[in-house]
Amino acid sequence: MAKTGITLTRRGLGAMLAVGLLAGGLAGCGNSDTGGDDKSGGSGNGKLVMGFSQVGAESGWRTANTNSIKESATAAGIELKFDDAQGKQENQIKALRNFIQQKVDVIAFSPVVESGWDTVLKEAKDAKIPVILTDRAVDSADKSLYKTFIGSDFVKEGKLAGEWLVKEKASAAGPVNIVELQGTTGAAPANDRKKGFAEAIAANPNLKVVASQSGDFTRAGGKQVMEQFLKANPKIDVLFAHNDDMGLGALEAITAAGKTPGKDITIITVDAVKDGMQALADGKFNFIAECSPLLGPQLMDLAKKVKAGEEVPARVETEETTFTQEQAKAALPNRKY
Amino acid sequence: MSTVRARAAGVTSHRLFWPLVVLVLLLVANAVYRPSFLSIELKNGHLYGSLIDIVRLSAPLILVALGMSLVIATGGIDLSVGAVAAVAGAVACLYISEQPDQNSLGVVLTAVALGFGVALLLGAWNGILVAGIGIQPIIATLILMVAGRGLAQLIAEGQIITINSGPYKVIGVGHLLTLPFAIVIALAVTLLVAVLTRRTALGMIIESVGGNAEASRLAGIRSRRITFLVYVVSAACAAIAGFMMTANVSSADGNAVGLWVELDAILAVVIGGTALAGGRFYLGGTVVGALLIQTLTTSVYAMNIDPQTSLLFKAVVVIVVCLIQAPAFRARFRRRRSVPVTPVEPVGTEKEQVPA
Repeated sequence: MAKTGITLTRRGLGAMLAVGLLAGGLAGCGNSDTGGDDKSGGSGNGKLVMGFSQVGAESGWRTANTNSIKESATAAGIELKFDDAQGKQENQIKALRNFIQQKVDVIAFSPVVESGWDTVLKEAKDAKIPVILTDRAVDSADKSLYKTFIGSDFVKEGKLAGEWLVKEKASAAGPVNIVELQGTTGAAPANDRKKGFAEAIAANPNLKVVASQSGDFTRAGGKQVMEQFLKANPKIDVLFAHNDDMGLGALEAITAAGKTPGKDITIITVDAVKDGMQALADGKFNFIAECSPLLGPQLMDLAKKVKAGEEVPARVETEETTFTQEQAKAALPNRKY
Repeated sequence: MSTVRARAAGVTSHRLFWPLVVLVLLLVANAVYRPSFLSIELKNGHLYGSLIDIVRLSAPLILVALGMSLVIATGGIDLSVGAVAAVAGAVACLYISEQPDQNSLGVVLTAVALGFGVALLLGAWNGILVAGIGIQPIIATLILMVAGRGLAQLIAEGQIITINSGPYKVIGVGHLLTLPFAIVIALAVTLLVAVLTRRTALGMIIESVGGNAEASRLAGIRSRRITFLVYVVSAACAAIAGFMMTANVSSADGNAVGLWVELDAILAVVIGGTALAGGRFYLGGTVVGALLIQTLTTSVYAMNIDPQTSLLFKAVVVIVVCLIQAPAFRARFRRRRSVPVTPVEPVGTEKEQVPA
């Protein structure tokens, strides 16, 4: 027994050593990558270092978000260590641990999912690295694990969409049948937009959601679900899609069913990415509640304040608006994403 | 009497009997929920209806699963098919998006050729890793499963490439003789593969490599070359599926195209009766498996099953299919039902064997 115990420990030691070497190698790569001559990691040259872990590059919206963060970091003189989690929580946790090991000044990340962050956030807290959440929230009960959360208010976006519909259909005599394309099941924007929309349309009992399914925030998903909605429900008056991409996919299904999007079926979406704005300007969509990805400047500002030890509000909202067809025509030429 | 019973037993013990029963049951459940589910009408000169949607949307999965069947027949597995589909779709869409005239047939043919070429290279890479270097297939193709997704995003620069090309769109949503063009392509490829493997010795050679690669080599079969070949064929099938998926929505999304399709394809192959251990493959079964999986997905939307429970619903159906399909499980069930008094004996003998 004792003998096996020793071999086990030895093997364990070897494994630990190997992991240590690997991690060291990775950290080294990170340093040489950013071209800094500081060997002590983080803030050797006095520049504020931010580690940012992005969800992925799943949409045009996300890419605009990434670009905004990268550009405003350069503009604000902040050294950015950027990581793409490719939509996987385990990648993101790995990236956060790397940032902690590299002793960055501030960690910011856009969580892939809402739950399961307590352990790694605790590690960051123990290392005295402040964490800023961007765009998506986490459901940790302990609010001291992160400094602040900057991002859109998804409930408000759903509400704005619903309120516009209530006004638009105020004179409708009979029932108005609504179908809903939800985002990825369990994702915060899907849950919150659904909630906000439901709250707003409760103002008019004629407005009824007859079917609601997940289209996974993708065009293919939106199209596939809409095809079945159209067959299952002979009378659809309104489509509410949780993002532009699902709405764009649904457009094709509606056209294939011989209906005219924007006229036979009123289409409301959230996001306002370029392709969506184009559809709105072309009269295929009817209303978009904006979810602005351009939170880079606000984020850099917050990071500096947090580093300086200033008090920051626990919740910072991104500046956003809504678009009708006319507004889209006017805004389209200057659209960045 | 006895011949009728024997024939009935022959039908029920056919490996496609139970998957087909579940497929029919799903369709019946849909028809009960909404009678118009089974109706097919003629709209704008082509067929329109939920059944047509199922057939059209299962086309990419059928293709991917075909390639997967051959790979699994050699005892391997190809996890990279989803990523290959994404890369092929991204290459084709990128090329089209950069041309001044996106509606030119020449442009689309060049784009498809480019995407196909890249996919063949990726398939050859898998083949070299598995057949040449001898890496475990699951590991070798895992490399491309991860790296390929990155490659697709790199090609698209992290954006969704939106195109507006009539001829390319035909691959995904076009029609031929009122039928969706996608399913025509899928059936044509299925027939081609079936003829090449079942009307020649190729299919048997593939199975022999899967049964015992070394023994087949000693018997005079170039087993390495066969193994290399199936990975290239698998990538080629995945590429066509990638064109269909991107043409379906006229855009290439490096992140979403073909995501998890490798798992659906493996499932389709298994439902079709092909064993993961290799040595046998059934193309017809694979097609039925793919149709069953797509019917399951479409049913969730058509019956408006709550998204939170839809995954569980799918899982339960898949488990039921796999269990009732297994002869061992059915035999056990039957024995228990017919001889309910003496189930103790076999259990006892089993237990006795454990310590020995």
